Amino acid sequence: MRKIFLPLTRDIIKTLKQGEVVLLSGAVLTARDAAHKRLTDTLKAGKRIPVSLKGETIYYTGPTPAKIGGVIGSCGPTTSARMDLFTPLLLKHGLIGMIGKGERSKEVNLSIKKHKAVYFITIGGAGAYLSEKVKSAEVIAYKDLGPEAIYRLTVENFPAIVGTL
Amino acid sequence: MTRIVDSKLIQDAVKDLLTKANTCLRPDILFGLKLARKKETSEKAKYCLDVVIKNASIAKKKMLAICQDTGMAIVYLKVGQSLAIKGDLKSSVAKGVALAYKEGYFRSSVVSDPLIRKNTNTNLPPIIYTDIVPGNKINIKVVAKGFGCENVSKIRMFKPTDSVSNIEEFIVDTVREAGSRPCPPVYIGIGIGGTLDKAVSLSKEAIFRPLGKSNKYKHIAKLEKSVLKKVNRLKIGPVGVRGNTTALGVSVLTYPTHIAGLPVAVNISCHATRTAELTI
Repeated sequence: MRKIFLPLTRDIIKTLKQGEVVLLSGAVLTARDAAHKRLTDTLKAGKRIPVSLKGETIYYTGPTPAKIGGVIGSCGPTTSARMDLFTPLLLKHGLIGMIGKGERSKEVNLSIKKHKAVYFITIGGAGAYLSEKVKSAEVIAYKDLGPEAIYRLTVENFPAIVGTL
Repeated sequence: MTRIVDSKLIQDAVKDLLTKANTCLRPDILFGLKLARKKETSEKAKYCLDVVIKNASIAKKKMLAICQDTGMAIVYLKVGQSLAIKGDLKSSVAKGVALAYKEGYFRSSVVSDPLIRKNTNTNLPPIIYTDIVPGNKINIKVVAKGFGCENVSKIRMFKPTDSVSNIEEFIVDTVREAGSRPCPPVYIGIGIGGTLDKAVSLSKEAIFRPLGKSNKYKHIAKLEKSVLKKVNRLKIGPVGVRGNTTALGVSVLTYPTHIAGLPVAVNISCHATRTAELTI
């Protein structure tokens, strides 16, 4: 399996093939429903968001809490389709990669192509396995959202299947 | 003879059952996944199932949640009518749920109000169903179901004159539309009959049946077999990467219904179907 290093660039994305299984290593942000809503509400109000999305990859997950001495709890992907409504705006603000599970809407697939971004699928229901691929985790924004806060994760050899390009 | 049970015993049982359900994959489901692995021919489908099988062993070894979506806890209580409970039953169940989620490091996934949406941070309240049955025992069943598969579950009120093939088509369409969102290969619980609520309730109860067992009625067992075959012909496959196993099994439960109706509920449950039960 090919290793891909993050942050992603458009040159890296050009080399990816749909359906290819790759191993991702590097930094990602996490965000799911509540964080997506807050990010887009803030952007639509013309205000600054607490994280820069430029060149970023968002992993759709809401992990279980880390045990004492652990990095993170179980952290598999959540259903990406629920983020569809918010994705085009985030792509416009520099988001380049997404990791989740399941199909995306037609509109989002078009938006991904337009921005030369990429959507990866990872293995749903394998949260314990995927937790071993996370080397560091830190809440960087929206702490009040609990499991829905935005985390900065460092992943190593995190399995992902190239979905939409 | 009346038997007295301390509610603390029920609290401990609820806690243990939810801990077990969330960390130890049901042996019948694990066996079903291993069987599915043998049936796959594509390297990608095999790889995905290998990861899912490995996930179960990591979760068990580390006592880690099988899936980060540890669900909203559902607790079914079948209480013997000759049983007296010392203490408050429902608050003991709630305490058992809260302790399981806190001590097991499971995710708090419950919001206090469906529209205001503030996390309760305790995974409370649970959903509790009680039933009074003969005897002096209490049977406790728990479900920790993620919402990836809950969100794609469905009910339809058929006409009494609709055919079995209409019903089959509805179930297959529901699985097709769900695609890879509910984390296939799924276990499909079906409730047929009763009322709107009863059909849903049956579809939920259906996934407690061990995988591989059929309904005791021949015509229903035949329906289960036929639906499973049709669903697997969709080739959605493990994780949605295309493959031979889209569903591990189909379990149908039925109940008498009204002359004017034929409710059918489809409860799609992911490959990490998490349930546990105990009788005290």
